[in-house]
Amino acid sequence: MEWRDEGVLLSVRKHGETSVIIDVLTASHGRHAGVVRGGVSRKMTPILQPGSQLDLIWRARLSDHLGSFTVEPIRSRTAGVMNDRLALAGLNAIAALVRFALPEREAHPGLFQGTVTLLDLLSVTDAWPLAYLRWELALLDELGFGLDLSRCAVTGSFDDLAYVSPRTGRAVSQQGAGEWADRLLPLPLCLLGQGDASDREIVDGLSTTGHFLAGQLAHSVGKQLPAARDRLIDLLARQG
Amino acid sequence: MTQAPRDIEVLIDLMAKLPGLGPRSARRAVLHLVKKRGALLSPMADAMQTVAATARECVECGNIGTADTCAICSDPKRANGEICVVEDVADLWAMERAQVFQGRYHVLGGTLSALDAVGPDELRIPKLMSRIASDGISEVILALNATIDGQTTVHYIADQLENSGVRMTSLAQGVPIGGELDYLDDGTISAALKARKSL
Repeated sequence: MEWRDEGVLLSVRKHGETSVIIDVLTASHGRHAGVVRGGVSRKMTPILQPGSQLDLIWRARLSDHLGSFTVEPIRSRTAGVMNDRLALAGLNAIAALVRFALPEREAHPGLFQGTVTLLDLLSVTDAWPLAYLRWELALLDELGFGLDLSRCAVTGSFDDLAYVSPRTGRAVSQQGAGEWADRLLPLPLCLLGQGDASDREIVDGLSTTGHFLAGQLAHSVGKQLPAARDRLIDLLARQG
Repeated sequence: MTQAPRDIEVLIDLMAKLPGLGPRSARRAVLHLVKKRGALLSPMADAMQTVAATARECVECGNIGTADTCAICSDPKRANGEICVVEDVADLWAMERAQVFQGRYHVLGGTLSALDAVGPDELRIPKLMSRIASDGISEVILALNATIDGQTTVHYIADQLENSGVRMTSLAQGVPIGGELDYLDDGTISAALKARKSL
């Protein structure tokens, strides 16, 4: 068995004295693990950092074997984020959430492309937290837990949307919420593609996506949401 | 295959567990030791026995020494208000080899890692905070690895010390001494360019 693909490195775990097992998100083969022989060497360590874009060749005798990777760097993102604590927290949250949410060996080409774009934004613009929020929405959507923010679930109105139902993930307008408003999740304007997307709004948006990530996704995979995501939200909240 | 006597086999099995050695290289090493038992094996056995009896972690910094407080922490000349935070004892020894740092150290014992479930409580961060509060520290040098995990830990510690009033610095990143640009990865070149200095 052999294939070649492009991927983003998610994590590295030492395997024996000289090798590592890497977890990558690839374009056509989804999240995939494999051994990199000599992965702890001085030459390979800078290449094998989370977030790096890699050219990968995977080989194994049988398709269900762990297999081994031959790795060539395409571009490193380490230097771009290393001195920016928020961007570094963003990179850690993205890698941790992909590892947490996506099953192995299931292709998600759209999400792969979105993840690459988001990772590229980390060192380019300060507006990436909004892109991160949208990426979490896309992640939920990709896994079948997408939110329907197009119209009010109660009145059918397209205007005045202010809440999200914690049970159905559908938008609810101010009028439709009525006395139930305090039981609904916030729907910040930035989730509707409006407003100035302040850090406060983004944190509100992340609390809404977090509700579904924790309640639906974490529940279905039987794990807790990664701490790296909490650290990112904490930093954003302090900044806002 | 002819087996070595049982006692020697035990020694070979133990040696094979050392980093860098496998069963075959352990066998060669043990054979070499046995052949030179007067010059090597006996002194080594004595030294190992002594180290096994005396080696311990310094209660202050986490360095390995032969007393409760290591030689660096008990040297009053090194109480200059600077503390260098390293990931591992090997990093501390590397810094000491360079003989350029005259302050004291703090060994964290790892870096924050979500993958390995290493949080702040698993590292010696609370002890670092208490040392900074009680030892009159004016500067904390964060000498952690230039990796994602290392720098995540740097930012975490910097966050914790934000209101402590101590100066926080970290090691520079860039071209190593003797390094050739052609052989450097693009991340290192990028870091070096960002940290360029005026001549």
